[in-house]
Amino acid sequence: MTYWVEEKEKNVHGRVYIIKDRCKQCGFCIEFCPQGVLKQSEEFNAKGYHPPKLVETDEKKCMGCGFCQMICPDFAIFVEREEEEDGKK
Amino acid sequence: MEINATQHPMDKYLRADRIPHIWCPGCGLGIVLNAFLRAIDELKIDLDKLAVVSGIGCTGRIAGYINTDSYHTTHGRAIPFATGLKLANPEMKVVVISGDGDLFAIGGNHFIHAARRNIDITVIGVNNYNYGMTGGQLGPTTPLGARTTTSPYGNIEHPFNLCHVAHAAGAVYVARWTVLHAVRLKNSIKEALQKKGFSFIEVIAACPTTYGRRNKMPDALDEMRFYREHSVIKHGIDPAEANIEIGKEIIVGKFVDIEKPTFNDAVEELKRKVKKK
Ligand code: SF4
Ligand code: SF4
Ligand code: SF4
Repeated sequence: MTYWVEEKEKNVHGRVYIIKDRCKQCGFCIEFCPQGVLKQSEEFNAKGYHPPKLVETDEKKCMGCGFCQMICPDFAIFVEREEEEDGKK
Repeated sequence: MEINATQHPMDKYLRADRIPHIWCPGCGLGIVLNAFLRAIDELKIDLDKLAVVSGIGCTGRIAGYINTDSYHTTHGRAIPFATGLKLANPEMKVVVISGDGDLFAIGGNHFIHAARRNIDITVIGVNNYNYGMTGGQLGPTTPLGARTTTSPYGNIEHPFNLCHVAHAAGAVYVARWTVLHAVRLKNSIKEALQKKGFSFIEVIAACPTTYGRRNKMPDALDEMRFYREHSVIKHGIDPAEANIEIGKEIIVGKFVDIEKPTFNDAVEELKRKVKKK
């Protein structure tokens, strides 16, 4: 969309942090991430669960919506938002 | 790449040495706790002015995980304890977080009378349709026909509709969400905390371990998918129309938001009147 005032559009990404040993492998973050950027890892944590990890293909696909950190029952995942000024699209 | 971390932003409100918590994988209680902590974080509530009270049950453990003045009362008695706290110190925000069994079976009378008197507290009632901690027995919220350890052929008792009970008893704020509505739940908790008077939020939460596996939802994810596909938001609807029945949609939303003088207001008013004489 073009507006009469030119605005710079901010490109928002999220950095995903995982506290592996808290994860209980419920799969909520993976199932409900709107961007589908999480998947189950192969590794085991201290309790024998598989914590999530990012899908490698597209690092910047996480848009920092924060839904994973709202839906995780175990305080095991959180996100920091980063804004990049990409100029007009 | 995801980044490995050892601390979570909500740890500042938690007794973090107790985390990982005791709840089962996928249990909805962790989501309720998280939503509550984010609500107090966003409202910047002074922890010295906040008290959290709970009763017995899996939900009752919430009070113990929050790093503020918290009290784990005897079974069913969270509301009378909270009432005393609020009356003795009206400056405090007093929140009760407890389960359906605790609040509506043994504690049912306390609930209706606190709502009737419009005590200025917030009650978050987590409804997982059964007594989880003691092994999945039938409770007053178990849906008709549901299987529990004490209703192996299906429940024959009509359950309470908690939001209807709260509304009929006089609550000034009544809302219901599922744990999948985590963001709306957090916003609703913020509203309830700022509301003067008796506010009630019912949270439908998965208990895969004792309820879900006897009711064709053995995995917490099954139940969360059910919420995604079968819940509808109907703000302002008469809670009487929002019964919870197996196989039917779950109606969620903010049902009641009214103003009414609180019990504290009435006490102050009475004091003024008596002094004049
Ligand atoms: S912040 Fe949103 S997009 Fe990023 S991983 Fe979490 S749920 Fe997915
Ligand atoms: S939501 Fe939390 S506990 Fe569940 S799989 Fe994701 S990180 Fe693990
Ligand atoms: S028994 Fe049910 S309510 Fe209790 S911790 Fe396990 S899943 Fe949660």
